[in-house]
Amino acid sequence: MAYDKFTVLTSSAVPLPIENVDTDQIIPARFLKATERKGFGDNLFRDWRYNSDDSPKQDFVLNNPIYSGKILVAGRNFGSGSSREHAAWAIYDYGFRCVVSSFFADIFKGNSLNIGILPVTVSEAFLDKIFTAIEADPNAQLEVNLPAQTITIIATGENESFAINGYKKHNMINGFDDIDYLQAMKEEIGTYAATSAY
Amino acid sequence: MSNTASTLFDKVWDSHVVRKIEDGPDVLFIDRHFIHEVTSPVAFLGLQSRGIGVMFPNRTFATADHNTPTINQHMPVADPLSANQLKALETNATKYGISHWGLGNPKNGIVHVVGPENGITLPGMTIVCGDSHTSTHGAFGAIAFGIGTSEVEMVLSSQCIMQPKPKKMRINVNGQLNKAVLPKDVVLYIISQLTAAGATGYFVEFAGEVFRNMSMEGRMTVCNMSIEMGARGGMIAPDETTFNYINGREKAPKAEAWEKALAYWKTLKTDEGASFDMEYTFDAADIEPMITYGTNPGMGIGISQHIPKAESLKGGKASYDKSLNYMGFHEEDAMIGKKVDYVFIGSCTNGRIEDFRAFASVVKGRKKADHVTAWIVPGSHIVEQQIKEEGILDILTEAGFQLRQPGCSACLAMNDDKIPAGKYAVSTSNRNFEGRQGPGARTMLASPLVAAAAAVTGVVTDPRELL
Ligand code: SF4
Repeated sequence: MAYDKFTVLTSSAVPLPIENVDTDQIIPARFLKATERKGFGDNLFRDWRYNSDDSPKQDFVLNNPIYSGKILVAGRNFGSGSSREHAAWAIYDYGFRCVVSSFFADIFKGNSLNIGILPVTVSEAFLDKIFTAIEADPNAQLEVNLPAQTITIIATGENESFAINGYKKHNMINGFDDIDYLQAMKEEIGTYAATSAY
Repeated sequence: MSNTASTLFDKVWDSHVVRKIEDGPDVLFIDRHFIHEVTSPVAFLGLQSRGIGVMFPNRTFATADHNTPTINQHMPVADPLSANQLKALETNATKYGISHWGLGNPKNGIVHVVGPENGITLPGMTIVCGDSHTSTHGAFGAIAFGIGTSEVEMVLSSQCIMQPKPKKMRINVNGQLNKAVLPKDVVLYIISQLTAAGATGYFVEFAGEVFRNMSMEGRMTVCNMSIEMGARGGMIAPDETTFNYINGREKAPKAEAWEKALAYWKTLKTDEGASFDMEYTFDAADIEPMITYGTNPGMGIGISQHIPKAESLKGGKASYDKSLNYMGFHEEDAMIGKKVDYVFIGSCTNGRIEDFRAFASVVKGRKKADHVTAWIVPGSHIVEQQIKEEGILDILTEAGFQLRQPGCSACLAMNDDKIPAGKYAVSTSNRNFEGRQGPGARTMLASPLVAAAAAVTGVVTDPRELL
């Protein structure tokens, strides 16, 4: 599915200063029974967000109205564990377009890029600065500039650049996906397949 | 000559690159694609909405496993959402001409158990599936890894995915393993040393005496869990053990094709002098039966040890406290003697025949602890059959255990096999994340021997005392 184009995103951010957030926390397995990609945002961080009687847990950040925005800022090693793309769908469906962390698990990172969420890897020190800025002002704005590959804390002007390969960058800026690309090279794939050992 | 020496990983990867994109990923051809009911339906919807088809249906294999009941499989599936997913898999497989081993099919079972068992998984292949433990197939010297649903759609429509080439790591374990130390302990030990993110960005080759002496079942257990240290996958060079395992399996090459394949497979090893981006070496003598105490698979210790103090570890204290708090454990607690409510033996990590043999070796002549609920779930119908034929079922029954039907079961608790909130489980599966085995469930990962010791004593017990 093609997705929204991503160029410059300026937004407040939701802080989640926890490390090793795995995809079972992002979306527990019991919510993977759908056969369509719909409504996953309601169950984002389900067991951290709601009690077993479905009442909201007041101390969880998504239930705190002072935090909002299209950017999720999370601790080191975000998205580890299961390959479920549902985790990225839940984050997207909830309204996030960018996740910032000092380290991402591989499959989560790939899944995010495939559906139009930009994972931004920053240094540990810069991540701390972002958390500090949000602590000082829950409405602190961040600017994520994909063409320039920079992330800036607007209030202080502090910024850092981030890496992304040229191909993925081009895709995100234009809202293209890999399937479009592969469809265009089917003949070449067919030629390869004819020589395959299996 | 070192400049032409290449690794096992390079050999397999490079021979599958259809196109290299500058400053971008490689377009990688996929030999085998496994699908199951949970991560494939949206991919098929995607094909439909784009109006495209499946390019090579004979390279994809479907099995139902994640969301299936482990009792009364002959009855209609009660949960309507689960039934709907199973139906979707069947309908899509039929529509596109994909082989499908649904519930009740004698070949049905966990995708990473049935692939190797039927000779679909072969050395030198590229293999993907929408499940992170696809890394299991690396035990055969294949490049195998988990993918997301968008990538499932890519493989269906073009038999390729786009991946940047990972960095290479080699992990050597040399020497002889101690008594009661199983492949699961070896890999839990490695993860505890590297941490749950220690191999992120890498593809791992396991090498050294310990893996050379290991059975295929054991190698699968190890490669299965390579993802739990963050690696894209793990692999082991094929050798006589591999060839003997494959020979004669249903879809394995036969006669002349076998000879030809064998000649190729023998070239699949890392050349002397080939270089890795990272290398670790461990001594088998340092490994004892392992158990996890926290909420990621890197939080494991030797079973006779005490839970470490936060300051002795890298990483944030807040996350560590949160983890121990969830488990209801404290720094410096001993693991031996902790109460156990549930025992789960099964999953694509430890649901093969060798695992049930190990389990039976401990429970034989003993009784299940009264307060323990045990779920004994074979990885496939073929494993189930072996359990019966080898007399293991009799040992289990005599000790008070029941055998369930194959599937992922409590590994991810999508079906009814959920550990209740607050209860403690010793589990042979691969993940101890919060809520993985049911909301509020507390998981301790361990080998089949440790699981068996817990099942008969009702507390965490050193299996060496029972052997
Ligand atoms: S047993 Fe667990 S890890 Fe293995 S395929 Fe099933 S859900 Fe995935």
